[in-house]
Amino acid sequence: MLNDARFPLQESDLLPMSIGAALLGTGGGGNPYIGMLRCRELLRKGATVDILPLDALPDDAWIGEVGGIGAPVVGVEKFEQGEECLRAMRAVEEASGKRMSALICAEIGGANSMEPLLTAMQAGLPVLDGDGMGRAFPEVQMTTFFIYGADAAPAAIADDKGNVVVFRHVQDMYWLERFARDTSVAMGAAAGLAIAPMRMDFVRRTAVPRTMTQALQIGRTVLDARAKRQDVVDRVIATTGATLFFTGKITDIQRRTEGGFARGEAFIEGSGDWAGSDGRIAIQNENLVLWVDGKPVIMVPDLIINLDLETGEPLTTEVLRYGQRLAVIGLPVHDMMKTPEAMKVVGPQAFGYPDLKFTPLTLGPMRA
Amino acid sequence: MIRIGIDVGGTNTDAVVMDGTKVLAGVKAPTSGDVMTGVVDALKKVLAEADISADKVDVVMIGTTHFTNAVVQRRDLAQTACVRLCLPATASLPPMVDWPTDLRDEIGHHWYLAHGGNEFDGRIISQLDEAELLGIADDIRAKGIKSVAVSAVFSPVSNAFEKQAGEILARALPDAHITLSAEIGRVGLLERENAAIMNACLRDLSRDVIAAFRGALADVGFRGRFYLTQNDGTLMDAAFAEKFPVLTFASGPTNSMRGAAFLSGVQDAIVVDIGGTTADVGCLQKGFPRQAAVAIEVGGVRTNFRMPDVFSIGLGGGSLVQGSGEGVTVGPQSVGYRIATEALIFGGSTLTASDIVVADGGADLGDKSRVAHLDAALIRAARDRIAFMLEDCVERARVSAEPLPVIVVGGGSIIVEGKIAGLDLIMPNHFAVANAVGAAIAQVSGEVDRVYALAEIGRSEALADAKARATAAAVAAGAREGTIEIVDVEDVPLAYLPGNATRVRVKAVGELHVE
Repeated sequence: MLNDARFPLQESDLLPMSIGAALLGTGGGGNPYIGMLRCRELLRKGATVDILPLDALPDDAWIGEVGGIGAPVVGVEKFEQGEECLRAMRAVEEASGKRMSALICAEIGGANSMEPLLTAMQAGLPVLDGDGMGRAFPEVQMTTFFIYGADAAPAAIADDKGNVVVFRHVQDMYWLERFARDTSVAMGAAAGLAIAPMRMDFVRRTAVPRTMTQALQIGRTVLDARAKRQDVVDRVIATTGATLFFTGKITDIQRRTEGGFARGEAFIEGSGDWAGSDGRIAIQNENLVLWVDGKPVIMVPDLIINLDLETGEPLTTEVLRYGQRLAVIGLPVHDMMKTPEAMKVVGPQAFGYPDLKFTPLTLGPMRA
Repeated sequence: MIRIGIDVGGTNTDAVVMDGTKVLAGVKAPTSGDVMTGVVDALKKVLAEADISADKVDVVMIGTTHFTNAVVQRRDLAQTACVRLCLPATASLPPMVDWPTDLRDEIGHHWYLAHGGNEFDGRIISQLDEAELLGIADDIRAKGIKSVAVSAVFSPVSNAFEKQAGEILARALPDAHITLSAEIGRVGLLERENAAIMNACLRDLSRDVIAAFRGALADVGFRGRFYLTQNDGTLMDAAFAEKFPVLTFASGPTNSMRGAAFLSGVQDAIVVDIGGTTADVGCLQKGFPRQAAVAIEVGGVRTNFRMPDVFSIGLGGGSLVQGSGEGVTVGPQSVGYRIATEALIFGGSTLTASDIVVADGGADLGDKSRVAHLDAALIRAARDRIAFMLEDCVERARVSAEPLPVIVVGGGSIIVEGKIAGLDLIMPNHFAVANAVGAAIAQVSGEVDRVYALAEIGRSEALADAKARATAAAVAAGAREGTIEIVDVEDVPLAYLPGNATRVRVKAVGELHVE
């Protein structure tokens, strides 16, 4: 029974997967469009990749995690040579002396949903159905794997020119983030990162499960709703158990860069059930907090998702602009991201809101 | 200065004659299958109506959908090669990878990856390799291809490599047309490259179309210069348009919005352009349409050049009215240009939005007795439905709580009744030919889109530099110094990059310099 849930990724899965990943990107994570095209090209050339459930491999199998690191805007102009993540993964195998049996996503939200699939196709490995965030977050250490004690070394970063830098000894995940970030900028702000091999029993305990299929399901729902001319926002809510927290129109966007991050706030004038109310969303690459009439109603690590009110298109924070009409929905993050250890890394305090007390969302009813 | 504006639309070709800021005459003629017959008809008609001879006309401005249609209909497109300067970066996706197969087959799927390109901060990915480019030129020549698009990674930051490669290819392929991507699009390699390839594959057609326009104008006795309008509401002269046909995409909605601003004298407004089948709705800021922020598809291909942020709803003068009471619907089906024969008031048998308006006394058009039998409740319900649809689209287009006025233009404008969404309504003189007026009054622009390191030069200096560059670009494009205005400034900080890297876009426009 265990292995029955293994399924091969098809070309027809790519569009729904990218839509679902963009939605789980909660405004950030970069656009999966380029990655989707790359996957399609490899599949058309005959490559294959299977998605495996977390219980499909033995405890002592070694699992790799790869992803792109850099600036999203660079990724749409200077996209990959193609084997950056593969070179980084090989370097980690060489440094650790361990061969990977499968790969897993660092973050299912946004562009990095596609990277392990690409590397797995090139290496002939399967990809596990899960990830280290259940959403998107801006920094390397913000995965469940690191929060629950994955080794920070050896890790490796590779660029498009054949340069590979191995981090053989780093003190912890924060140092890895700092070194990897600076190295990626030196490499042209687009590089592939592979972290130290993780044992399967550890991954099974710490990964956010079934997020690949979740992204697929969300994307299929969006496409189906569009094809049937149904309300996409309603259908997404019905499928995911998310809650609609606000609808309205953006009246102002304030942006600034702070410590390398695009931070800012979007101000929304309520419409529909929220006519007369004011919404405000704090942004740091991703959406961090939603306030309605001055009261915080959703905050990290729970997912704050902005959808275009008409098309249901997930809106990334860079495309938010004056006059846009949107629906803000909230989805509870996996429990793995809500423990005291996780809160220190991804809670509102970690993002600079010392006064916010995290009040977790609950899942609404899910219907077909 | 006497000028003629022409807008070649799908159904009608509109033309106006203007003396300075005064509209002397405006006419509509059916767009012909060959386009040029319709243009000549419209020209003759408008000159007769204004009672002016063609040799008194100083300039002619033409807005056309010819090139968009060629791509959409996959006809008259030349075999084109794309040379991308990038290696070793970006090799994972070839040029045209996201094109519809039929369009890619049409122009041949010829592409080459070569060394060159820049990093985000201007560093070099790899040096240009002349021998490599000459080898590519040999292959292009052997295939008999005469249209070439050149793209390079981060060419909006530094276009030196595209220029050098373009020169090398031009020397090796003296009879080829060469399009450089940095001259057309913005950051976003695939989309900019797509726009460059589409431009290149339209170059043979643009030469023929410009020659045909020249011929049509000569036929009516015009001896002056003529221009085409671009999708940002500004002009390019015929020689430039021949090189950059792709810049005419979506110029139609832009012309009607610019015309609406001019005819009403209002610079900030919502514009609703109502035709026979659709209403195009957009937001006018400082007299220009607000630009779309996301990638726009043309003929199934993603591009990222400037396009007006306009959306259409299926509501026009020819929209079908069906059902009754609360269930009454108006559009999206329409009799379109057949309104002149199919609407009740014109002796036809189809109930259209125009019939409802005439029955209600809102317009004096056709034979009113043919709609006398219509039920008053149906008329009221249909008018309410139309009002609701207009209100909804105007609400969507609003960018602030400011009570902007709504300018209504286009031949289908009669279906509007009273205020829309509580906003003041303006229906200017000559509203039916606003798009031809928009073409006639088009200006000249210059634009920059660069990434600045604000840690090094500071925000105000960066903006000043960008404004100076945009102004210089406008002058180079034919704008008169002293009339140039900065109409758009946008700076967006880029995440994860050092030195406060910020992308700055500035647009300058000025009056056309006519000697």
